[in-house]
Amino acid sequence: MSSVATQRRKAAFGRFWTTYRHDRAGMAGLIILVFFVLVAILAPILIPDDALDVTKADGERFDGPSLAYPLGTDDSGRSLILLLAYGTRISLTVGIAATLVAMIIGTAVGIMAGHFRGPGSHVLVGATDWFLVIPFLPLAIVLATVLGPSTLNLIIVIGITSWAGTARLIRAQTLSIEERPYIERSKALGAGNWHQMTRHVLPNVLPLVLANTTLTVAIVILSETTLSFLGLGDPLAPSWGALLDRAFSSGAVSRGAWWFVLPPGICVVLVVLAFTLVGRALERILDPRGATA
Amino acid sequence: MSLLQDAAVGEPDPIRAPRVSGSVLRTVGGKVLRAFITLAFVVVFNFFLFRLLPGDPIGLYTRGRNQDAEQLAELRRALDKPILEQFLTYVRNPFDPGIDSTRFSRPVWEMIGERVWPTLLLLGTAIVLASIIGIWIGIRAGWKPGSRFDKTSTGTTLTLYSMPEFWLGMMLLIVFSVGAFGIPGLFPVGGIVTPGVDTSTPLGWLNVLWHMVLPCTTLTLIYLADYSLVMRASLIDERKQEYLALARAKGLRDVMVRQKHAVPNALLPTITLIFLSLGFVVTGAITVETVFSWPGLGLLTYEALRGPDIPLLQATFLLFSIAVIVANLLAELLYAIIDPRVRS
Repeated sequence: MSSVATQRRKAAFGRFWTTYRHDRAGMAGLIILVFFVLVAILAPILIPDDALDVTKADGERFDGPSLAYPLGTDDSGRSLILLLAYGTRISLTVGIAATLVAMIIGTAVGIMAGHFRGPGSHVLVGATDWFLVIPFLPLAIVLATVLGPSTLNLIIVIGITSWAGTARLIRAQTLSIEERPYIERSKALGAGNWHQMTRHVLPNVLPLVLANTTLTVAIVILSETTLSFLGLGDPLAPSWGALLDRAFSSGAVSRGAWWFVLPPGICVVLVVLAFTLVGRALERILDPRGATA
Repeated sequence: MSLLQDAAVGEPDPIRAPRVSGSVLRTVGGKVLRAFITLAFVVVFNFFLFRLLPGDPIGLYTRGRNQDAEQLAELRRALDKPILEQFLTYVRNPFDPGIDSTRFSRPVWEMIGERVWPTLLLLGTAIVLASIIGIWIGIRAGWKPGSRFDKTSTGTTLTLYSMPEFWLGMMLLIVFSVGAFGIPGLFPVGGIVTPGVDTSTPLGWLNVLWHMVLPCTTLTLIYLADYSLVMRASLIDERKQEYLALARAKGLRDVMVRQKHAVPNALLPTITLIFLSLGFVVTGAITVETVFSWPGLGLLTYEALRGPDIPLLQATFLLFSIAVIVANLLAELLYAIIDPRVRS
């Protein structure tokens, strides 16, 4: 029984991959992502710990690109290319972890709001609408101030401010799935709420969740950059946003130290763009109705 | 805009009119009520969240300024009152002029009042420019999807969409204010006006305009990415509608089909989005005003969070939320007024 299901899934994935391979924008995004993921994984192996240590920095302050320092140095003489590689690790980790938090809350709230009837469902829909209306950054600033600056808190703050869009999407999908006959059949066979939601609704909304996840990661990485830039992340973790914060507060802009500012931003643009391209390709393939969008 | 009005007015239906206006009244009432409930939750949230702060609230409130014992005792008395009483005091008037900033020792709403105009000037200009350019790009790209213009503009707008706005601002500052890559410094590095210049003279206006070029360009580029992508998607959706085939079948030229039929309908979701995206606009304001030291509400928020100056932070959060809630309400009402399909 399970082998039949496995085979079918394998075949489905094969069909999906064949279609995906022909999506040029999607493939470009995927290649960029693979590159950054490799950098993130290899960063601690390739980079000596000393490279991040301000007290052991050996370069000139605000030195332009040179052979020894391909991207120049920061305000305390550390090599920027190494900081940037290490930042990849932090930015991607925070981006993916915060997205997971948002996806879990969003999917759970969306399925429950679509499955149940009555006051509980109204409360969930009301909470979703509230989080959709309230402006993201002021809310995140307020939450981050209360929780204090740390990487874990940054993940929590972004997670709980980014789930509402997903919840609304999943609720709409759940409502349409609940209309289908097999739900009625399983109800007639005595399936409880938990069984219906996890065995019938969840597998059907998962493709949508997947496409939505990649689009959410893109927004979440931008959010992480913004919050770190405002000094709300861990001051010791050199994420891309924190690097930009450091560049800004150390006066790299007025010194014209473009090598300090340009690369972190390019990394953010590439990763966010790559996730957006992959997300749009997934949407095109998994949901052919929105093919042109 | 005249296109939009043509589409909105339509032909009045004398028989259905009274019934429609009754339902409109009910819809409007419901929407206003919902906006008030949302706002009420903001106020409640705003009060309780900051009561969760760990540590001594007095220490946090008075960080970085000298206070004599009497003032401290008074603050402590206020915070020692029952939480319900404190809550009722706050809810009764969250705009109380007696709420002082802990960092600047001035009433928070007075400070906000001074900072509103620079923000309105900067954001207003950027939103208007971004809407015009964004919609124009969206129409050209969406009418011929797959064309060279579409590919170039979608690539550019997607890149802009992926960009942290403050980074774009910092790069523009380095290149055009400080001067790099052979370009001389053309624009000021920050602020709204050169110190000592009188802003009530035409020369002063020009000076403000000169200071506004870079921050406004930054925000316009970031906002127009969003607007043009939505306009493009919305026009592509509209192109599939059958009434366009009819318009063509009766011999209308392509330009007329686009301007008179497709664009007005595709504009509806875009205009609504421009209102709905005010939360996104606010994000840009906070970081870009910080980068350019533009003395508006965004920079004030940044100053408040660096403290942290809790009363000021509470006030800016409340103000931004109100602005976004009102914009959302307007978007919904506008949609109901200009799109007859929503009413029925």
